[in-house]
Amino acid sequence: MNNNNVIEVQNLTKMFGDFTAVNAISFEVEKGEIFGFLGANGAGKTTAMKMLIGISNPTSGKANVAGLDVYKQAEDIKKNIGYMSQKFALYDDLTVKENITFFGGIYGLSRKRIKEKSATLIEELGLESVAKKLVGSLPLGWKQKLSFSVSLLHDPKIVFLDEPTGGVDPITRRQFWELIYKAAHQGTTVFVTTHYMDEAEYCDRVSIMVNGKIEALDTPKKLKQQFNVTNMNDVFLKLARG
Amino acid sequence: MSIIISNISKSYKKVNALKNISFDVKSGELFGLIGPDGAGKTTLFRILTTLLIANEGSAKVADFDVVSEYKSIRKSVGYMPGKFSLYQDLTVEENLEFFATIFGTTIDENYDLIKDIYVQIEPFKNRRAGKLSGGMKQKLALCCALIHKPKVLFLDEPTTGVDPVSRKEFWEMLKRLQQKGITILVSTPYMDEAALCDRIALIQDGEILEIDTPQAIVKHYPKQIYNVKANKMYQLINALNDYKYNHSVYPFGEFVHYTDSRMDFNSKDLEVYLESKNLSSIEIEETKPTIEDTFMELAK
Repeated sequence: MNNNNVIEVQNLTKMFGDFTAVNAISFEVEKGEIFGFLGANGAGKTTAMKMLIGISNPTSGKANVAGLDVYKQAEDIKKNIGYMSQKFALYDDLTVKENITFFGGIYGLSRKRIKEKSATLIEELGLESVAKKLVGSLPLGWKQKLSFSVSLLHDPKIVFLDEPTGGVDPITRRQFWELIYKAAHQGTTVFVTTHYMDEAEYCDRVSIMVNGKIEALDTPKKLKQQFNVTNMNDVFLKLARG
Repeated sequence: MSIIISNISKSYKKVNALKNISFDVKSGELFGLIGPDGAGKTTLFRILTTLLIANEGSAKVADFDVVSEYKSIRKSVGYMPGKFSLYQDLTVEENLEFFATIFGTTIDENYDLIKDIYVQIEPFKNRRAGKLSGGMKQKLALCCALIHKPKVLFLDEPTTGVDPVSRKEFWEMLKRLQQKGITILVSTPYMDEAALCDRIALIQDGEILEIDTPQAIVKHYPKQIYNVKANKMYQLINALNDYKYNHSVYPFGEFVHYTDSRMDFNSKDLEVYLESKNLSSIEIEETKPTIEDTFMELAK
């Protein structure tokens, strides 16, 4: 494995009976990269991601995530990654602080570490005034930022984000991307799955899956040049509509 | 006028969901309500479709009052809620037949209106609705909302969670329905869809920020926007945020959208400043505002 790669995938395949959901995909993601993983509904994104995060066994092919093998070290992979979904995953009836403590505990952080992390996180996100409020009472944008920070509590090598900014107001959305850039700057690899093409524009590189295969993989700029269009939405439409 | 909204306010226990909202939708118009989650879009839809009563103000839909003539409104409008609300354990055909019967009509009577859309899901007409893909569910829901030939169609975030190909097809369907004379009020959190509407209202925290055609809204943007790019994105954003002359700094895909507070802005000054922050490969170019830029400027 190349030292700088945190994800290496070779001919990764998943079949359900006769149906090939993921068809021999290959790609690498570098440390600190923001990698967009795109595809239409049913293109195979979720199936592929489930294999990468160690909750689904591949049918064939190789995949190495955070230096660990998806076949043999699936449990260790889970400890080395963070995950955040657009479907909000914190507990609405716990306070901001309680949520941080709870997830810190789940990730196996010491009490001391949880206390330190909790203090910095609340300060960085400007949540001091609501630290003792129930998460359910916070605006969606705040929840999303908190949820992202919680997914980084255990300093994972890679964080997987599933449509992280869907429905969030445009200003908060940008604050969210600033958090993502910051995490990447600090060396965390960010793996974003989405079918919202404006999210794709923020990524360093994007791959686009069509019917189980990766049909394009490059920087947004080069993909737009290659397809001679001005935005990622049009790149996607050209690829998926043929 | 097809929809007239006058000084509508609605509050739940602690939240003021809508604050004194007024606007009109013309007959035959495709009107977009553009705003993030929690802006009050669904509350407004529920008031207009007579499922919720406002605390203050009044509204008319298809010439009927939403409170005193609610029964007439229910016969005249189609409503597709944001959450899939058909019967999961009925088949495609059974759902459609059910909704036709409820409204005292038949599939045949108004087939003309739904034909374009229904033929796409007809091959699956014996499949249960719960087993359909997202795009097909959305098409079925639209057919069910249209089967009684409504005058006004309310679509609450029809494209949320739908991929770009299905989204594009959906908007093409809306355009065709509009040509058949149906007035459409559609909500979306996606600013890029705003350009497809005749007129839009930008809404946030229960207040209307602006109402106009998409073209006029971007024209009203008060500043020159610059696309700024450099070798390191995170450092670039920080440097721009620290620059004392900035008016706004927003990441925008591979660029940062920057506006300056000075009247006599010279991009060379900014370039020199960014170089002093150890950035390289700096590009600064004029660019045109988008609906999203306008939204952020108004919500600032």
